[in-house]
Amino acid sequence: MAAQSSGAYYIPHGSAWPILGSVALFFVMGGAASLVNGDHTFGMIKFGVGMALLLIMLFGWFGTVIKESVSGIYNHQVDVSFRMGMVWFIFSEVMFFAAFFGSLFYARMLSVPWLGGEGDGFATNAILHPGYEAVWPTNGPGNVGGAFETIPAWGLPLLNTMILLTSGLTITMAHWALKVGQRTALVWWMAATVALGALFLYFQATEYIHAYHALGLTLGSGVYGSTFFMLTGFHGMHVTLGTIMLLVILFRCMSGHFTKENHFGFEAVAWYWHFVDVVWLGLFVFVYVL
Amino acid sequence: MAHHGDHADTHADHDDHDHKPSGFFDRWFCGTNHKDIGTLYLLFSLLMFFIGGSMALVIRAELFQPGLQLVEPDFFNQMTTMHALVMIFGAVMPAFVGLANWMIPMMIGAPDMALPRMNNWSFWIMPFAFTLLLSTLFMDGGGPAGGWTLYPPLSIQGGNNVAFVIFAVHMMGISSIMGAINIIATILNMRAPGLDLLKMPVFVWTWLITAFLLIAVMPVLAGSVTMLLTDKYFGTSFFNAAGGGDPVMFQHIFWFFGHPEVYIMILPAFGVASEIIPTFARKPLFGYQAMVYATASIAFLSFIVWAHHMFTVGMPLGGQIFFMYATMLIAIPTGVKVFNWVATMWRGSMTFETPMLFAIAFVVLFTIGGFSGLMLAIVPADFQYHDTYFVVAHFHYVLVTGAIFSIMAAVYYWLPKWTGRMYNETLGKVHFWLSTITVNMLFFPQHFLGLAGMPRRIPDYNVAFADFNMISSIGGFAFGLSQLLFAWLIIDTCFLKRGAKATSGVWEGAKGLEWTLPSPAPYHSFSTPPKIDDSVLAHGDVSH
Repeated sequence: MAAQSSGAYYIPHGSAWPILGSVALFFVMGGAASLVNGDHTFGMIKFGVGMALLLIMLFGWFGTVIKESVSGIYNHQVDVSFRMGMVWFIFSEVMFFAAFFGSLFYARMLSVPWLGGEGDGFATNAILHPGYEAVWPTNGPGNVGGAFETIPAWGLPLLNTMILLTSGLTITMAHWALKVGQRTALVWWMAATVALGALFLYFQATEYIHAYHALGLTLGSGVYGSTFFMLTGFHGMHVTLGTIMLLVILFRCMSGHFTKENHFGFEAVAWYWHFVDVVWLGLFVFVYVL
Repeated sequence: MAHHGDHADTHADHDDHDHKPSGFFDRWFCGTNHKDIGTLYLLFSLLMFFIGGSMALVIRAELFQPGLQLVEPDFFNQMTTMHALVMIFGAVMPAFVGLANWMIPMMIGAPDMALPRMNNWSFWIMPFAFTLLLSTLFMDGGGPAGGWTLYPPLSIQGGNNVAFVIFAVHMMGISSIMGAINIIATILNMRAPGLDLLKMPVFVWTWLITAFLLIAVMPVLAGSVTMLLTDKYFGTSFFNAAGGGDPVMFQHIFWFFGHPEVYIMILPAFGVASEIIPTFARKPLFGYQAMVYATASIAFLSFIVWAHHMFTVGMPLGGQIFFMYATMLIAIPTGVKVFNWVATMWRGSMTFETPMLFAIAFVVLFTIGGFSGLMLAIVPADFQYHDTYFVVAHFHYVLVTGAIFSIMAAVYYWLPKWTGRMYNETLGKVHFWLSTITVNMLFFPQHFLGLAGMPRRIPDYNVAFADFNMISSIGGFAFGLSQLLFAWLIIDTCFLKRGAKATSGVWEGAKGLEWTLPSPAPYHSFSTPPKIDDSVLAHGDVSH
């Protein structure tokens, strides 16, 4: 497990992309803060400039790394560092979702029952929220956001589960094709994966529109709406990002960037895609079914 | 932008001469060198230490006498909030990351960090994040004033600053996570052949575990502040009981981050002490493997003790009992560490240069902070101590005489290696004694104040508390001014270079790979993997 045994190390040359990325983040974050505070013009300018710089940075930095990788100057040790970087990044993402799953479990198992008078919550219920009964879904004793209905698990969410699981299969097929050197099959399996990702997003958007317009279920529908939209929303953002990443990898496959042995970029995105898939399974079970 | 790859394939044989980037911008803004980035982290941390320290002095000036003297209560609250945020995220954490950057590649026989460009990004996010954070002080309504823990509903009742603070915290989180990923990849992937995990210096071990904690909990902090953001601006009800949520839920999520965060700030300090004490005791570290396992145990326990920060907020009795005993369990691995440091010194041929003085003071004073922590862990006692100055005294012993003292010890210890010059030993000792006496004058009386019932985070107090507060404030200003000496010593050693030339070993008893390199260390630490010989390791021959 220790380091390589040869005497050669690879150290990348300096780069202006990181500092540009910092400036970009500064504008994006500052712009977002101004926007939520209602400072629309100034906020939009900062946010727009920041996003533009961020996109330039991402194109530039990834472009540099791809060029270096394709030219073959990276050694095995660099490859392992990249792999570790991706694994631990995905772990950090898992912990991010854990915070929101944690809030869902806390609300369902603890705060809602307490508001309904369970255990120490007896007096709270009797005095502050008389008549409130702990049920799930709920928008709390204050009926925050008004009446709403939930999305049944066995309709679109089930279909989306099938779509994502299938996409996990297609990307594995693509990986298999890559490993045996079948470029055409690789490209088609990748294209199928991208299409399934996009289809998932389409159905998710449809579901949101339906929730907002027909069911009265919004981000403001008490703690149910909060956990529902924040969990599925952040997941949807990750699927969007993942689909874009898959699309980039599709183009790179078409350009012949990857060899049978050397295709970490492909694998990193595949790992990410499986991660997004697993999070969805958690969502399907805990948000939709139970 | 990405300019020509002149040392794109830095190779063993042509790496002997320094390949420093020539331009100032190229080197300090676009660089990939672990030493340069480490220096940037350390200088940034020093700047934040003085900014955060100035805020502390505003607090101590106001508390010099009872009654409202100098500042508005709201500004006082902004100072307590910002002092904590600046010191935790701006001073202590970046200082340890700076030390990690400088020392880990040298200690494991590597040329640099595993992901050098990301390393640069990790650093350069920080100045921008703190610009965002500090800018809130100049906004309408001022900066955040609800305490650094950002408890709702108070924290989201602030003005425009709320969003800026939350986004600044997001940036710090991104920086910390990338820094931690880099450290893990470096330690696991860049060690010289033969440097097995259980031969690594303890400083490297503590950072490996700290980095794991960072990746595990910084995203949870990001999640919790995101919920604050949506509760304030987008109508969610996570922390709103009317909507079925619970403000206490924030405290649970926050402290799930917050408690491991405490260990993030102290585990590398344990590592520093474990490097310095063997050197000046001229003995191998006592119980090397026990040190490693104790560190891992503390890290594990840090995930299951969070609710001891919130005993008084109301929780089921079973929860209180669980969190009380789990917290007390931490005393065991911590006790192992303290015992091992003392046993390392036992019958050593000790000398007391400045790093050793700081390291010994660290052991003694951190232990005081640990004991008061044990008192706070006891639920019925905590009902009395909670939100009093006793808590303030406790965590300042742990963080100032713990974390900060270890950082100072580390700076004195490794400064000759970094600069090639010795610092002024007499001034170093003066700095140590001034700091140690004044810091106790500053924080020790706060134990008495807290036990007598003085609440924290309030700008005024009962006249009965006047004397101890005055002593504490005098100690505070004296401690603050003493740190100017530290700044001067750094300028003197790094820039004026007036000290004697340092040898490669620097200290007579120093063991470890970093001491096999010349002082100052070459730009790329090891261009070929060094031979690992047990006799050069600080903990001697570890059998495993």
